[in-house]
Amino acid sequence: MQGVPLVAYLSLGLFMFTVGTVGVIMRRNPIVIFMCIELMLNAVNLTFLAFARYMPAKVPSAMLPEAVMSGQVMVVFVMAVAAAEVAVGLGIIMAIFRLRDSVDIDEMNLLRG
Amino acid sequence: MPFSLPFPITPELGVFAAMAGVAALAAVGVVFFQDAVRSALCLVLNFFVLAFIYFTLSAEMLGITQIVVYAGAIMVLFLFVIMLLNLGATSAIKEKLDAKKYVGLGLGVVMAMTIAVQVIPALASSTTVRAPDGFGSPQAIGRSLMTHYVFSFEVASILLMVGIVGSILLAKRRL
Repeated sequence: MQGVPLVAYLSLGLFMFTVGTVGVIMRRNPIVIFMCIELMLNAVNLTFLAFARYMPAKVPSAMLPEAVMSGQVMVVFVMAVAAAEVAVGLGIIMAIFRLRDSVDIDEMNLLRG
Repeated sequence: MPFSLPFPITPELGVFAAMAGVAALAAVGVVFFQDAVRSALCLVLNFFVLAFIYFTLSAEMLGITQIVVYAGAIMVLFLFVIMLLNLGATSAIKEKLDAKKYVGLGLGVVMAMTIAVQVIPALASSTTVRAPDGFGSPQAIGRSLMTHYVFSFEVASILLMVGIVGSILLAKRRL
């Protein structure tokens, strides 16, 4: 799709990342906090793909194929890390729930000094 | 005209704006719905629309992966845990109205402004696509993963295996 400027994609990515950050700070439900982290990861993925397509930096034309692929491959790795992170994180939440019968993030202060 | 955009307004921009609006509204819904199930459904919508935005970036492979991995697997896991912990509307955690909310909103706005004034003016004139055709195809990504990035690819497989083992260990009541 031609005719969409790079900043349109970057603005959407920035907005989603900001909403994710605000959610992580504001919410007390750890599952929603996890969802907000996923939102931030997706915003970064969108930014990677947008940069991979538009390539605004002064990449010489001979190196363009590899430079283009680096953005795509990075998104593949982000998705792999996100999948592992969600599996382990939700396991931890389940373990905490069995231990405490509550998942309120403000009551998790055992590691406080 | 007092101010003019550095890029032309095209029909494609309208299509993108529609999809971006839905994605942005869904993102806001994730944060501001009290019910965790509604947040999760908003997140599914967001991931789904984002997959179509990936298609417009001609990253077909990653768009399909987005639907399969995120909107499919990861969100099913989220909904499964929400149902399992019974965190529906009746037992939703009461959100207190304290200073944290305003501080969070303020910090978010400040962060967005800081990044926006740095990035957007510098890149506002970039409208030409420099990537070659077919760069988002499965063949291109597979070739890249198996040649240039093969070491990172193997490390990612180890990470996923450790993740599987760790989540099983955490989920088991007693070893």
